[in-house]
Amino acid sequence: MTFPFDTATLYGLVGALLIGIGLFGLIVDPKPIRKILAFNLIGAGVFLFFGVVAKRGAGAGFGGDPIPQALVITGIVVAFSATALAVTLVQRLSQEEAAASDADGKDRP
Amino acid sequence: MSVPVALPFPADTTAGGFLLVLAILVPIAGILLIWSLGSRQTERIALATLAVGAALAFAIGAELLGTARPVIYLVGGWKPPLGLALRADGLSVALIVLTAIIIAATGLFAKGQFGFDPAGPEKRGPMMFWTLLLGISAALNLIFLGDDLFNLFVAIELVTFTAVPLVCLDGRTETMRAALRYLLFALLGSVMYLLGTALIYSLYGTLDIVLLKQVVQPTPLLFIAVALMTVGLLAKTALFPLHIWLPAAHAGAPAAASAVLSALVVKGSFFIILRLWFDVLPDGVSQFGTQILGGLGALAILFGSVIALRQARLKLLIAYSTVAQIGYLFLVFPLATGTGASEPWASIAWTGGVLQLASHAFAKAAMFMAAGLVYDALGHDRISGLAGAARIIPLTFLAFGLGGMSLMGLPPSGGFSAKWLMLNSAVGEGQWWWALIILIGGLLAAGYVFRVLVPAAARPRIQIKAKGPVSRCRELVALTLAVIALAIGFIPLEPSAMLQIGRGVEAGVLAP
Repeated sequence: MTFPFDTATLYGLVGALLIGIGLFGLIVDPKPIRKILAFNLIGAGVFLFFGVVAKRGAGAGFGGDPIPQALVITGIVVAFSATALAVTLVQRLSQEEAAASDADGKDRP
Repeated sequence: MSVPVALPFPADTTAGGFLLVLAILVPIAGILLIWSLGSRQTERIALATLAVGAALAFAIGAELLGTARPVIYLVGGWKPPLGLALRADGLSVALIVLTAIIIAATGLFAKGQFGFDPAGPEKRGPMMFWTLLLGISAALNLIFLGDDLFNLFVAIELVTFTAVPLVCLDGRTETMRAALRYLLFALLGSVMYLLGTALIYSLYGTLDIVLLKQVVQPTPLLFIAVALMTVGLLAKTALFPLHIWLPAAHAGAPAAASAVLSALVVKGSFFIILRLWFDVLPDGVSQFGTQILGGLGALAILFGSVIALRQARLKLLIAYSTVAQIGYLFLVFPLATGTGASEPWASIAWTGGVLQLASHAFAKAAMFMAAGLVYDALGHDRISGLAGAARIIPLTFLAFGLGGMSLMGLPPSGGFSAKWLMLNSAVGEGQWWWALIILIGGLLAAGYVFRVLVPAAARPRIQIKAKGPVSRCRELVALTLAVIALAIGFIPLEPSAMLQIGRGVEAGVLAP
């Protein structure tokens, strides 16, 4: 089976799709943990897009442009730290909430 | 499509370039020292680092004014587009000096609050505060000096990662919820910004701002990229209607943290928007976009001020006033993008915008500190319970009042100069509707400031007692910042020559 467009375009479209799904989740879903996952989906889409940019290469006839790849690595590190911070916050919050609801429900059987 | 080839960077490292590196690295060295020497020395190291940082900021300023050229450092000697440049022009220097002064003042204000308790066990809270404060200082300097859009992305993320924990420093559930909401907005903002940088890289093969200015063409893809980045940054700057995270986050943080968050952190992302619209986009091609930004700014002024009028708690009132004052910053976009005939008015608006940024930063830091002192003195910050409070802590309310004066735009104050310049340029350019918004905003600001000051200064029916002592030293820090906000009003009312160093046409012809 042959695609009507080249691989770079296919990757670009997949990236756009991931960004779209992630954006939808981030805006619509009320649960914080899902919002964090949605953020990571968008991130994945953007990183894929960087890959496309590298392949299309603004450079002079190379197979790929190394700079976007360097940017992606940095981007992944940043996104990872952001996720870690967000997950820690969610975890602390749910612990506090569990403690609060325990205190409320002490006289229940 | 033919891709314009980016030229090599037009300048080398200048004589004072190493100062830029130090401005970023010194706070980070301070953090490392704090964590290696333990909590006993934390406060002393942090304050010493902040003092060195302030000295460096003034040294960079002196270097810029001495040579009248931007200060540049090429990291590793590599020229962009391959390498990274740090570059301080007039605008960066103004912001670096402002940041250094406010962060140092915050350090003095927080001294003792987050200090080491010799009797108690070793705690991490104080170390966290000082670490985060130094972290914000390094990250903001990186924003103001960064000349590469991706470098700016990393810097803005650093700001987010240091600002979010500051919000929930006390570990209460409400503040953690506020911090999480802030973080989610900031994350959405950062991925949109990153997508924009990818698009720009795909167009021009460089992310260096000076080089981009030489090769950009008004293509639809460039506008999409800048629109994505701008929306992302607006979420971090908290411009209406993306402001909903701000009041809870800024009002919930400890007073010293609120001061930094409101005065400086939101200005970091605003600074990148300025860079994008004035230093990357070609001149005069974005009339439509600037009117939208101005319109959102106008809505922010009206909405933020009206909601501030209705707040029951002092810190929330100040936080909503930040929402409104951020709105004024965005009036710069429609006013300062004049082409040809309206050029003098545009540069007047530009100076007015920077003055607004500076005077709001000083005034708002002073007001948040004052709110913190009110809380210390009375044990609450309900506005209905403030009757007669100014008799207990007169200096605190003097600081609040002077800061409020600047927000209202009463002469002589920095806020007055800023709003007067913007008003002039709005009338001069025939965009009278912005002038109307500026005037209404001033009246509303007067409303919410006097709502606090009038009962506080009145003679109370029953004598209220102070719950706790208020340190005179901390009151003086707040007062000093408020006085600086006032003193900015004495800067001559004309387009500033310093702010023009390294901007516009000049940026391209750095090499002699």
